[in-house]
Amino acid sequence: MKSSRPVSLTLNPFKFSWPFTALASITHRLTGVALFGVLLGALYIMQLALSSPAGFAEAKSLLAETWIKVLVLVVLASLVYHIFAGLKHLLLDFHVGDTYEGAKLGAQISIVLSILVTAALGVWLW
Amino acid sequence: MVTNVTSLTRSGLSDFLVQRVSAVIIAAYVICVVGFFVANPGLTHGDLVRYFGSLSMKLFSTLAILSTAAHAWIGMWTIGTDYLREAHVGGGATALRLIYQSLCVLVLFVFVGWGLTLFWSLG
Repeated sequence: MKSSRPVSLTLNPFKFSWPFTALASITHRLTGVALFGVLLGALYIMQLALSSPAGFAEAKSLLAETWIKVLVLVVLASLVYHIFAGLKHLLLDFHVGDTYEGAKLGAQISIVLSILVTAALGVWLW
Repeated sequence: MVTNVTSLTRSGLSDFLVQRVSAVIIAAYVICVVGFFVANPGLTHGDLVRYFGSLSMKLFSTLAILSTAAHAWIGMWTIGTDYLREAHVGGGATALRLIYQSLCVLVLFVFVGWGLTLFWSLG
């Protein structure tokens, strides 16, 4: 085990100036935690829908409720952003866009694409 | 600093690779499944069971579930070891991190067991 592995800086997030790329990065983390948080809930809905025709109808009526629809859209938005931000990381691994300007542009592209795909999924949900 | 005794593979380099390979598998699965729901608006219970009950989808679901467990563990571990440190949360950081990591393991253990049982029990 290496004892020299990098350690994240000890910064006070409230005194820290948040450049655009930092916001894009922390959102990648936050959406990851959010997706972890809904794993079991998503499995519950899947189990309900797969259990029987009655369970399927119940899952359908659950997903028709406004607050659950909003929650599903938030989860889908998190998933879409997490995937686009992840794709950006894969490109960075191949040194595509790993300059400061490139990183800024990459973050902007991932956010614009996420908004477009989320909007399309929202139209589909409603 | 936080030692890496609880990382997935005990090596940052192979964790890095596992994180990326699992990400690609999960992304492919998400696109496949979301695409299925979008393409089939009048879905019935029978359609759903036939789709997820096919051997190829059972295998794909298994791969996605295992990838999700590895991916989530590496991600949650990284977040825990970044923020639950003495410098951020004081002297109880190691105990706090142990509780946090135990909860993560518990959730992922239930997720894998439940998920595999669910998909492989389909007719």
